[in-house]
Amino acid sequence: MTDSPRRRETGHHVSDRMVILDTASKVLYHSILVLALYFVLAGHNRPGGGFVSGLTVGAAVALRYVSGGAAAVRTTFRVPAHVILGAGLLLAAGTAFVPLLLGESILEHASATVHLPLFDSVKLNTVILFDVGVDLVVIGLVMMAFAAFGDDDAQPPSAERPPREHPATEHPAPEHTAPDDSRTVER
Amino acid sequence: MNDFIPLVVIVPLLGAALCVVAARSRRVQRVVSLVALSSNVITAILLLVEVDDEGILVSQAGGWRVPIGITLTVDRLSAVMLVVSSLMLISVMVYAIGLGDEEQRFSAFHPIYLALAAGVSASFVTGDLFNLFVAFEMMLVASYVLLTLGGRRAQVRSGMTYVIISLIASTFFVTALALLYASTGTVNMAELADRIPDLPDGVRLGFSLLLVVVFGIKAGVFPLYFWLPDSYPTAPGAITAVFAGLLTKVGVYAIIRSQTLLFPPDDRQGSLLLVIAALTMVVGVLGALAQDDMRRILSFHVISQIGYMIFGLALFSLAGIAGAVFYVVHHIAVKTSLFLVAGLVEFRTGSGRLSNVGGLVRSAPAVALLFAFPALSLAGLPPFSGFIAKFALVDAGIDDGAYLVVVASLVASLLTVMSMTKIWLAVFWGDAEAASVDRRLRASRSPLLMSIATGFVVAISLALIVYADPVYDYAERAATELLEPAQYVEAVLGGDDR
Repeated sequence: MTDSPRRRETGHHVSDRMVILDTASKVLYHSILVLALYFVLAGHNRPGGGFVSGLTVGAAVALRYVSGGAAAVRTTFRVPAHVILGAGLLLAAGTAFVPLLLGESILEHASATVHLPLFDSVKLNTVILFDVGVDLVVIGLVMMAFAAFGDDDAQPPSAERPPREHPATEHPAPEHTAPDDSRTVER
Repeated sequence: MNDFIPLVVIVPLLGAALCVVAARSRRVQRVVSLVALSSNVITAILLLVEVDDEGILVSQAGGWRVPIGITLTVDRLSAVMLVVSSLMLISVMVYAIGLGDEEQRFSAFHPIYLALAAGVSASFVTGDLFNLFVAFEMMLVASYVLLTLGGRRAQVRSGMTYVIISLIASTFFVTALALLYASTGTVNMAELADRIPDLPDGVRLGFSLLLVVVFGIKAGVFPLYFWLPDSYPTAPGAITAVFAGLLTKVGVYAIIRSQTLLFPPDDRQGSLLLVIAALTMVVGVLGALAQDDMRRILSFHVISQIGYMIFGLALFSLAGIAGAVFYVVHHIAVKTSLFLVAGLVEFRTGSGRLSNVGGLVRSAPAVALLFAFPALSLAGLPPFSGFIAKFALVDAGIDDGAYLVVVASLVASLLTVMSMTKIWLAVFWGDAEAASVDRRLRASRSPLLMSIATGFVVAISLALIVYADPVYDYAERAATELLEPAQYVEAVLGGDDR
């Protein structure tokens, strides 16, 4: 689903691209990602956290959307958006679940202070895993939202194409209309 | 055992996550869903056994104590709701797999369905009002997607109504929470039960009414039901069954929980609820009589039946609440099975309109049988579970001298028989005029799986006849517990063993 032709109808074809925007977004994109990384790491004790970090990555993705359209959003990460979302949910729910296996109560977390040569003492907390999970869920969702609502090139919805009222319904369905055992459903 | 409580929420969520990752393979998704949902059935049954032996179970998430942590509580009412709802969720999932269609076309079906399951379970186990709100939202957001899956015009139109009404209800809910927190400093239900009696009369009354309105919208009571018969019938086949069977009942559960636990006896909205109950019963069933579509008729019956549950609660007597609990259990099984049968009828004939179908008793006797049991039960004919439930309620009502409501409930029962007869006459008797419509649908689906799932749910409702005695005893024990909120408060605040 990545090979969208150069987007003439929507004004994104080559001559329309704005040099300043393209250059600026190249610089900004990675800086914003670093900021997001800072947020998720700082989140336990200072302002920040998984959700904020996810939204920050969302802003970076939005920048890519402005300069390159939905196609640029799709190629942001190598992993499909729904996998990012699912992995995030898995990580978040998993960190809630693991303590149960260890005989603690749900969502229980552990922390440890380690001494590193350069950073002196660093407090590590397993909550970070939960935060990263939240982060990934938000990133996945933002990307799916852009893919679902921001794609003007998409064909008009046919009977086989899912509707767009919710990003989560959108993503991988088109490839799946002919499922595993050829029992295609017509409507 | 207390640590098992979170499993009913976390396992479906983990399942949902796996289903999202495995979006490309429907087979993996199916396995994950079925495993997660059956794990919920097992956990729920274990919890029920444990609760019935040991009393109320409490789990504090993260090991934080009451006002800070997330409190999960299971008492007898929650436990029985968990068992019934998890049984329905897995049956409907099996049915949906058999039906194919939306389940096959949309990779989002499984994750969203599991999120719905997590939301439903979370509403039953949560021990504080704010998390009840979170659970409601989880359930509602999932239901928005499931309701409009397929994106047909009618779906989106009625989906809008549903979304807007639900959002308004949620807004009220959050407002109520903010006000409660402002006046008591807590949203934990046990602590609220402790502190609400200290509030001035007017404030207590206001909260009590506000919560009735909020949960009343979700439950679909008179006059807040108007969104229900419009939106439910348009949902994809199997989904309607879960909506009708479970979602409104979560609202009923919340009304029962909030009225019995939070407010001292003189603040309970007994007489208001009685009036609401009577009107809900009668108006719902009158609406059903006017319809010409199986699913719409059944949706109106959902409303009518909610009236009976509210009726039992409104008496605030042991017999009344026990009757209401029994009624909820019976209703969930019966209503789910009726909607599943409606799906089977549509599947065989291509239409759910009474005027378009007929003669199924000859062409599909098994479907007719599957319809007959729950339909008679819904109408309240002996020896079916509906009779036992209604008998218990009427008996409790007479004891309390609520004669008018008793009469209303009997009239509503009679009208229910009438509209069930109407379905029976039109769908199962009569000429097989349109039985040829849409045969192509049949080739692609697996009716056996659908019938097995339906049969299973019908069997559960029939089991309620055989085991009426133990189930009713259990409902009585649950009611005793509900009428003594001190137990609940102590279990959460005092008997905190973590």
